Amino acid sequence: MQQNSWVPIFPEQASTFAWEVDMLYFYLLLISAFFIVGIVAAILFFFVKYREKEKFATGEEIHGSIALETVWSIIPFIISMTIFLGGAIIYFNQYRPPADTMDIYVVGKQWMWKLQHETGQREINELHVPVGRNVKLTMTTEDVLHDFYIPAFRTKADVIPGRYTTLWFNATKPGKYHLYCAEYCGLNHSGMGGWIYVMEQRDFDNWLSGNVSGQTPVQAGQDLFQNKLGCASCHQGGANQRGAKIEGIYNTDIKLTTGQTVKADDEYIRNSILNPASQIVEGYQPIMPTYKGQVTEEQLVSLVAYIKSLSGGANKTNAGGSTPTAPTGGSSTTNNANTTGMIPPRADRGDSTSPGSNPNAPPSRSEPTNQQNK
Amino acid sequence: MQNVNAINIGEIKEEPKVNYLTNGFTLKSWLLTKDHKRIAILYLITVSAFFALGGIYASLIRLELLTPASDLLQSATYNRTFTQHGIIMVFFFLIPSIPAILGNFLIPIMIGAKDLAFPRINLLSWYFYMAGGGLTLYALLQGGVDTGWTFYTPYSTTFSNSYVMAVGLGIFINGFSSILTGLNFIVTIHTMRAPGMTWFRMPLFVWAHYATSLVMILGTPVIAITILLLALERIAKVGIFDPAIGGDPILFQHLFWFYSHPAVYIMILPGMGVISELISNFSRKKIFGYEFIAFSSIAIAVFGFLVWGHHMFVSGQSVYAGLVFSFLTMVVSVPSAIKVFNWSATLYKGQISYDTPMLYALFFIGLFLIGGLTGLFLGSIGLTVHLTDTYFIVAHFHYVMVGGQVLAYLGGLHYWWSKITGKMYSEFWSKIAAIIIFVGFNLTFFPQFILGYMGMPRRYASYPAEFQVLNIFSTAGASILAIGLIIPLIYLTYSIFFGAKAPANPWVLPGLEWRTSSPPPTENFEETPIVTWEAYEFGEESGLDLEDARSKYKVTV
Repeated sequence: MQQNSWVPIFPEQASTFAWEVDMLYFYLLLISAFFIVGIVAAILFFFVKYREKEKFATGEEIHGSIALETVWSIIPFIISMTIFLGGAIIYFNQYRPPADTMDIYVVGKQWMWKLQHETGQREINELHVPVGRNVKLTMTTEDVLHDFYIPAFRTKADVIPGRYTTLWFNATKPGKYHLYCAEYCGLNHSGMGGWIYVMEQRDFDNWLSGNVSGQTPVQAGQDLFQNKLGCASCHQGGANQRGAKIEGIYNTDIKLTTGQTVKADDEYIRNSILNPASQIVEGYQPIMPTYKGQVTEEQLVSLVAYIKSLSGGANKTNAGGSTPTAPTGGSSTTNNANTTGMIPPRADRGDSTSPGSNPNAPPSRSEPTNQQNK
Repeated sequence: MQNVNAINIGEIKEEPKVNYLTNGFTLKSWLLTKDHKRIAILYLITVSAFFALGGIYASLIRLELLTPASDLLQSATYNRTFTQHGIIMVFFFLIPSIPAILGNFLIPIMIGAKDLAFPRINLLSWYFYMAGGGLTLYALLQGGVDTGWTFYTPYSTTFSNSYVMAVGLGIFINGFSSILTGLNFIVTIHTMRAPGMTWFRMPLFVWAHYATSLVMILGTPVIAITILLLALERIAKVGIFDPAIGGDPILFQHLFWFYSHPAVYIMILPGMGVISELISNFSRKKIFGYEFIAFSSIAIAVFGFLVWGHHMFVSGQSVYAGLVFSFLTMVVSVPSAIKVFNWSATLYKGQISYDTPMLYALFFIGLFLIGGLTGLFLGSIGLTVHLTDTYFIVAHFHYVMVGGQVLAYLGGLHYWWSKITGKMYSEFWSKIAAIIIFVGFNLTFFPQFILGYMGMPRRYASYPAEFQVLNIFSTAGASILAIGLIIPLIYLTYSIFFGAKAPANPWVLPGLEWRTSSPPPTENFEETPIVTWEAYEFGEESGLDLEDARSKYKVTV
């Protein structure tokens, strides 16, 4: 792999997108080489062949040629359309996550990534995922723009304050891959990164069960909903409840007082919590106060996850058969502080050649947890 | 017509007693001049100073990136360094370089006019440039900006503690310089062409500037509005871009790129105009497909307004918007391809001389080819998801901006140097410098394509160690490039004081600018020329006396 060559010139392929993107890349390299070699050769040939024979001689009078102009307009146009189509197909796949995904919630902040698994495990600047599963990240940020970029997966997406963006991938090769922030975000932008660990399913299960999870996002959301924020007082209570129904609404069409219909997606739920007056469900009064400033991005993510769970279907990842819940015994309490996310952000990645830079090596960080299992 | 043709070769018969340079020696005669040629000189001096400053920032960036750790410059300093490099190079060098210096000097002469349509406005635009530049310099001395030249919100409005407003105001004011220059060019080209100078007899340099001016007038107000909105949010906390107070950060990107993408064409179109001149004149034949090159400039200017969204493929705009912008981006590549093909075809059966400006034109085509073709990589939406915000982008736009525009600028500066200063530069040193620049440039930026595909993000003060070797190549190239750029500064300056006196038409070319003395008189022509020849006419019609020129050639050079 790259460690063997003196100057690495090609990144690893570790997701289902990688080879598609690389094919397009090679296609474009081929086209570029063809035109560069062709045109440069023609120019150099003309330069030598038609070097002035005599000072201030006059070149042959040629005005142009409609036929040639047509040819060299149409051919580049056709070629550019093939490039467009190739790119469009790949992009379509990249930005439309499949239905059965393992969901991860990501919150960026200056200058760290906070990630949480559906099963509750939290990570900072690291993400462990199993090989061969569709993984979907739902992302937002507490402050400025960031961008979640994994070169080995050939994918990235901006992370934007005030809304959710998604990114999905299917890792194909176990290993350890760079995670970068690719959108300039201020002082320590170049320090805002980490590693993606792709593991065999069995290793991943071990890793998960070795990590004491706190509450899952759904549980945390439920806690917020029922107790901490008191949403339940209006949104639960059957026919006479003052607030709009929340059970079973996820991904359905909601009719608003304005007559518009909107889809109840993550973005809608988030917005309804922060700006309740902006989209009132038909049949309800605009009486809900805003929760802006009272809930953090992470709490919002949990609330959305909880409301999703009330619509069924949100538990789809359980179908994967391997979703461990928090271990019952207290066997890994010692790792608690370490694995629930309080790892300080890496200060400088300049030293990353050292132990972990071989992507084929088994992931070494956060590993101690594995040894304690079973 | 006769008297125009009479002065076209070698030494002009009667040297005017006073040319534009000797017409007044006081500071006032320069600072309050209404002569487009003197204003061009004012721009030449100030733009060069900004270029040098931007170059110093570039050197600091490359030195810092020699090692993976952020050691020479701490992150805070590094972020300011690349921001200021970008702002100075884009707004105070690339945008004004060819239009405000060469365009200002040559457009009136090329169309046979005495001056631009609004000489006072022309001077005013230089003062706007100075005011904007001065304010920006002030902000840099105070501590600078750390937002990136793109000023993305909400970082620029809410989070940055640097001098965003001072620099924003500098760019705002400088924008008026662009708008006024564009306005002046358009009115001049419409109304002040000499008798016989029809639209399709104009040099393609003028066509390119016409297209550029359209973009300047229509695009620049948008960046002005954007900066005002940014100020409104930053100072008065009106929620426009920051979602925390009800704004939308993506709105800023739309507004910013609505100007800044067309601005890319402000930077490259004039360069294409210069290359058309060089290729045709140094092949000593008509340019191939004149109309196609002329209209491709206009097409680029128009389509350039429709592709801004390709800067935002990963920023959460809708999938369909992304597809439309990708499609339009592919379309805009066609007129650029047409130009390259026509330039190449012009060489066919020419009488090509290897003078320095032609060398630059040759290098330009090669580098612009790479810059343009890698633009296809980035326009292809599925590929750009991986490539955007990496060094691939950095390499791509430097190939277009430096490999394209800067080489065209240097080629043009050499080509018209004798006309501007009345002196000849050293052919030997200029060739050496051109080759050094070409080699240094490629060594600097080619490795960055590879770094980008490897996934090295841009704007990183520190980076993983596996990228170091390619970064060392890049920094080595940058030092060679720096040397290549210092050499012309020396021999061009030297030529002003000690260079051989230039004849009116050292290369015996048919353009109107070669039919007046070097340097030209203040009113450009002794008598208004009457144009009876086509652009790039080397035949009988041009009235060039080649035998006479050949006999004098041995004497003058």
